[in-house]
Amino acid sequence: MKALWPIIVVVAALAAVPLFVHSNVVLNFLVVTLLIALAGQGWNILGGYGGQYSFGQAAFFGTGAYATAILQVRYGVNPWLGFAAGIAAGSAVGAIIGALTFRAGLRSSYFALVTLAFAEVLRIVASVAPITGAGVGLLVKLDLRAQAFQFQSRAIFYLVILALVAASLVMTQLIERSRFGVWLVAVRENEDAAMALGVDAFTVKLAAMMVSAAITAAAGCFYVQYFLFIDSGIAYGTWISIEALLTPIIGGIGTVFGALAGALVVKLLGEGIKLVTGDVPGLDLMIYGAVLVLVIRFAPRGLVGAFADMRVYLKRGTKLRVPIGEATGG
Amino acid sequence: MAEPLLSVEKVSRRFGGLLAVNAASLSAEAGCITALIGPNGAGKTTLFSLISGFLKPSAGKIRYAGGDVTGEPPHRLARRGIARTFQIVQPFAGLSVRDNILVGAHLRHADRAAALALAERVGSGVGLGDMLARPAHALTVAGRKRLELARALATEPKLLLLDEVLAGLNPSEIRDIVPVIRALSARGIAVLMIEHVMQAVMSLAEHVFVLAEGHIIAQGSPAQVVADPLVVEAYLGHGAAAKMRSAHGH
Amino acid sequence: MLSPIILFTAVLNGLMTGAVYALVALGLTLIYGVLHIINFTHGALLSAALFAAFFAFQKLGLDPYLAAFLIAPAFFALGYALQRLVIGPASHGDDRNMLLVTLGLAVLIENALLYAFHADTRTIDLAYGFKSVDLGFTFIALPRLISFVAVFVVALVLWLIMAVTDTGKAIRAVGKEKLGAELSGIDVAHIYAVTFGLGTACVAIAACLLMPTYYANPRAGNAFVLVAFTIVVLGGMGSVPGALIGGLAIGVVESLAGFYFGESLGQVGIFLIFIAVLLVRPRGLFGASA
Repeated sequence: MKALWPIIVVVAALAAVPLFVHSNVVLNFLVVTLLIALAGQGWNILGGYGGQYSFGQAAFFGTGAYATAILQVRYGVNPWLGFAAGIAAGSAVGAIIGALTFRAGLRSSYFALVTLAFAEVLRIVASVAPITGAGVGLLVKLDLRAQAFQFQSRAIFYLVILALVAASLVMTQLIERSRFGVWLVAVRENEDAAMALGVDAFTVKLAAMMVSAAITAAAGCFYVQYFLFIDSGIAYGTWISIEALLTPIIGGIGTVFGALAGALVVKLLGEGIKLVTGDVPGLDLMIYGAVLVLVIRFAPRGLVGAFADMRVYLKRGTKLRVPIGEATGG
Repeated sequence: MAEPLLSVEKVSRRFGGLLAVNAASLSAEAGCITALIGPNGAGKTTLFSLISGFLKPSAGKIRYAGGDVTGEPPHRLARRGIARTFQIVQPFAGLSVRDNILVGAHLRHADRAAALALAERVGSGVGLGDMLARPAHALTVAGRKRLELARALATEPKLLLLDEVLAGLNPSEIRDIVPVIRALSARGIAVLMIEHVMQAVMSLAEHVFVLAEGHIIAQGSPAQVVADPLVVEAYLGHGAAAKMRSAHGH
Repeated sequence: MLSPIILFTAVLNGLMTGAVYALVALGLTLIYGVLHIINFTHGALLSAALFAAFFAFQKLGLDPYLAAFLIAPAFFALGYALQRLVIGPASHGDDRNMLLVTLGLAVLIENALLYAFHADTRTIDLAYGFKSVDLGFTFIALPRLISFVAVFVVALVLWLIMAVTDTGKAIRAVGKEKLGAELSGIDVAHIYAVTFGLGTACVAIAACLLMPTYYANPRAGNAFVLVAFTIVVLGGMGSVPGALIGGLAIGVVESLAGFYFGESLGQVGIFLIFIAVLLVRPRGLFGASA
């Protein structure tokens, strides 16, 4: 399909990186960046395309992570199966939260609040429940074999996360061009008008939520395999909810490459800060908060959006499009 | 006589203490243009919301195509073939005109190419052919009305509810859009329109229902309804019919 | 079984804590009632105010109850500036952008506090901090009694402002019908900023009242604010009586639940109530439709 070519090119270029880069530090940086990009792509499906802003993406990240960790550590299940189970578990949690909140007709601010609350509930429960190791967390035993989903070489981890990101990009592109995608965007723009045109808004939003949850859960599962440790603050902490929404907003909300572009910017910024000031707690998130405010204030459609605006501006001398919500008809 | 396509039977809707629609009954036939008129605040848009599923009736029944559809949600009714436009136009502002119509076209066509083709056809049919790539928010009021119409038509409806589609249009714009509406009924679509523009009602509608303070006070051909003293009073106030008669020296 | 006196004391303590919850909730509901946004920055502002109270005591030797007279206006100004210069212009007409901006500000402020003051918990020791008032059948800590009274004074002052002053009337007008207010010549952007400032000032006063018996750290405000959100949702978004009654009620529930179930589960309980209310009756007990 013609539309997949940009994805193929970008992924191929990224896949070639380990051929030239052998530094573990750089590879580690890239792995973490792609992990955040994956989590952010999950948010992007529901938030960018669907217009439902979740402030609790951690609920899915953490569920995926704990599911795969618990299955491996406590029940000896094969980590590859655990990975799949983690994605399924995350998607199931998405289905439950989605069904409850969309059934109640919650929109906008209330939806954001409820998702935040759900993530916090899970965090607190995980911090005291014995099965998750409570305050101590879960440690996965080092076992550097492919069957155990652990690899000696960082480059292989890099290629695995790249494959996952590539899959999420393809999935997003296919959704964008499909009837489901058209319906999802219609619900975002005007739910009532969409219903009048035959769109079953509840089912569409629920499906988007499950896809979003599955993708973010995959990021959580990968986190466990890569870092071999998880606790309630990492799994269900607000850090991942924030980074998952920050990256697509900076990169370009509602676009295929938005999360990836945003992740690169956010992580490069983070590394830059660390170089200048050392590893001081709070500084990176503080800058992320400031960036979020600045982006919404001055460039609400993010990098990709601003780029598109720029091309139009240069061609026509005026801005063609307006930020989400500014043009509400009438 | 065959059952009409749409049959609204003694439908009421209560909001707390307010009875916005009071045992209203009307019908619409395939291939006919039916008008719903009445003074402001009569409850016409509420009645439309009841028929299109955005509100549930407090009492009464709605029958469509031989079946009871009372209380079904809007998207289900759209699939059955009931489409509506909104009085306050609601375009998908961030999308292009073509993409707006595409949403409607996808109802019966899952394939993107087929839906796009239908969207372009319908868009051209209402006169938006050269605006398809423009963003919806760049359209004039008349353009947005046409877009509302096009979106609804793309769902290939059997019953089309038009809520004041002519409001805000100047006389030449009205002259341009009237034949488009007439052509719809020629295709067999049942058109039920709320309208205040009387010239359009007189020239388009074959049957008229008059709603005042929530209930139907008159129905018939346009000429009959306009001469009905009850209707005159509903618009001009109590005693107006008698005053008009005496002014004409009866 | 707990003796009635211990139970009653728990209820009283709950009321004291509840009063402060109510003040925080009051600020939140005021902002929602007029600007129609859910202010995610509220918690971070509370944390910042707690630090302000702490430093006022440590560096200036100011008793927090006195410091309130300095900190409240300062935070009013901060809130005004935030709304006028940052949040308002960032909205671009879409509520969702304001969600993101207030979230961004919250992250910014909280982590700025973390960066500047680190994560350790700071407390103050008031000379009379441990004094108790003898009510005959039980004792109540003096600071808690002071906060209880102070909250009602603040609520009264706010009510007076709303009812009597021109600005207050303008605020009520904008909250009810923005377009009409604008057409009547009211400077809506200014009123929005004043409201946000008032809500922030409430939070600042709450922080000063809390400092004697609580602590300051970058995350301290969050715990309080989630409870405040629950109260506002329960009492009804935009309802002032809802915030007050809800605050007292939640304070009592939390105090009693703490006795029987312990702290962590108490927190989960509050969240679950919160979720349940949002799902079942988002307008709350007194509020307007969501």
